Amino acid sequence: MANTFYNEILTDHNIHPTHKYKLEDATFSLEGVNPSCGDDVVLYIKVNDENTIEEASFFGDGCAISQASADMMCDLIIGKSKEEALRLSDIFLRMIKDTITPEEKEELEEAGILEDIHHMPARVKCAVLGWHTMDQIFKDADEGKIDKYDGKFEQ
Amino acid sequence: MSEITKEIRQAEDERIRKDFPILDGSFTYLDNGATTQKPECVLEAVDNYYRTMNANPMRGLYKLSLDATEAYEEARETVRSFINADSTEEVIFTRNATESLNLVAYTYGRAFINEGDEVVITIMEHHSNMIPWQQLCKEKGAKLTYIIPDEDGTITEEKFRSYMNPHVKLVSMTHISNVLGVKNDVKTFARIAHENGAVFSLDGAQSIPHTKVDVQDLDVDFLSFSGHKIYAPMGIGVLYGKKALLEKMPPFLFGGEMIEYVTTEGATWNELPHKFEAGTVNDGGAVGLSAALKYVSSIGFDRIEERELHLTKLMMEEMKKLPYIHILGKEAPEDHHGIVTFTIDGVHPHDIAAIFDEHNVDIRAGHHCAQPLMKFCHTPSTVRASIGLYNTEEDVYKFLDALKKIRSEMGYQD
Ligand SMILES: Cc1ncc(COP(=O)(O)O)c(C=O)c1O
Repeated sequence: MANTFYNEILTDHNIHPTHKYKLEDATFSLEGVNPSCGDDVVLYIKVNDENTIEEASFFGDGCAISQASADMMCDLIIGKSKEEALRLSDIFLRMIKDTITPEEKEELEEAGILEDIHHMPARVKCAVLGWHTMDQIFKDADEGKIDKYDGKFEQ
Repeated sequence: MSEITKEIRQAEDERIRKDFPILDGSFTYLDNGATTQKPECVLEAVDNYYRTMNANPMRGLYKLSLDATEAYEEARETVRSFINADSTEEVIFTRNATESLNLVAYTYGRAFINEGDEVVITIMEHHSNMIPWQQLCKEKGAKLTYIIPDEDGTITEEKFRSYMNPHVKLVSMTHISNVLGVKNDVKTFARIAHENGAVFSLDGAQSIPHTKVDVQDLDVDFLSFSGHKIYAPMGIGVLYGKKALLEKMPPFLFGGEMIEYVTTEGATWNELPHKFEAGTVNDGGAVGLSAALKYVSSIGFDRIEERELHLTKLMMEEMKKLPYIHILGKEAPEDHHGIVTFTIDGVHPHDIAAIFDEHNVDIRAGHHCAQPLMKFCHTPSTVRASIGLYNTEEDVYKFLDALKKIRSEMGYQD
């Protein structure tokens, strides 16, 4: 099993995701789709009155990278403010497309294991799907575009 | 046929592998349904064309241009003989199967399909033999009907017949499915279509590399295929059409050698086949295609079919022992023509392809440009291994070794 990209952390998040379920009382939800490969996840976010992400979950189909990445993202953003979540997303997306500092990578916790994706151009879209969907949720929410259980976008 | 012993097979493997410089043993190529590798003789023929004969064919009145023209027309004759067309006038060079299929839809279709007419295709068509007809039918107000095969991909004669009615003016279907590997009984279907007064167009993209395609025996009206899937360079393809039909069809693209005479008021069209070959042609590609067809003929379809079936059997037998693998299409390897499309429980096709890649095995993942068929098979995407004439038992074992590791690499304890 030399140098496989599919390490235990990744496969574990894929096979036994912590946050893969439909969140019935979500504040926001949005479906993100990669039309070319068929990855399809709905992201659910529940924000409380103190502007803290109380709960985050996802549901859908896709490759291990899209699924594990979304699960790790949910792990990371629960308990954070919207601004903090968006800052982490910015770090993640820079990591996938370019490079980040070791301190920044530390902040991503387990999601840092996806760093090597930037050598795998065909898989970038899989890794960023959940994160783009979250960015879009907060963007659309700011513009008053989405409430509950609607919305779909293709990245 | 005498028995093929292990020794004979190995000697043949070695001989064939030596013909393909890219196959240096560092990777296992099983994506022949997408495109094939090129033998030395094809590379040499193209190289030789550009080194010694290159000029604009048909245009120049000097020796080099005449050489280039001769090379081009010789290539046309090789294609004619390979598919047993009646005359070289019926052989049109295009870029690929997609362009050939579009040519039929744009010219024959635009001229002869009218409102209220019906075009019949199948649900197993490649997008290249589906979207041109969707567009045509939309434009014309014609009806597009899809033959739905049995679960395993079979289209029986009875089923085909049930789609015929007086409105059906054209049938276009694939000879071999690029996903299921199943071969359609096009000889029978073409006969029935003709009895019904319809024209029969065949997509031979996946059959031409694997089996003898004789247009007169099958009695099809059009045949489309790509050079690159039969060991020739990319960018050269063929449309065969019966002369009587080609003659009454309007041209496809305008300009260049397809014109006979031009005035400021208009133009008249050159004779067949040039009428359908606008602009400067791909002479180097045609020469490469000719070399490839000669190469395939030198090995012969008897050997090619036996080699490919032998490997398909080996591959499918081993795969069937793994309960988490599901092969699309029919049970018998004879019905696969070297194409084995499958899914693995719990592992997404893109991850499967990525793990195969880690083991240097090249296979295809995705919807294979046949999304309606994927839907019919209840899966958004699958993985496909497809065999070519140069593949060996060793390739299949490397594929199987990687395959058996996939579930455990993905964290499953089987
Ligand atoms: C059945 C079938 N038809 C048509 C095509 C299109 O061939 P090309 O892309 O060379 O035009 C393919 C290629 O994958 C095919 O498998």
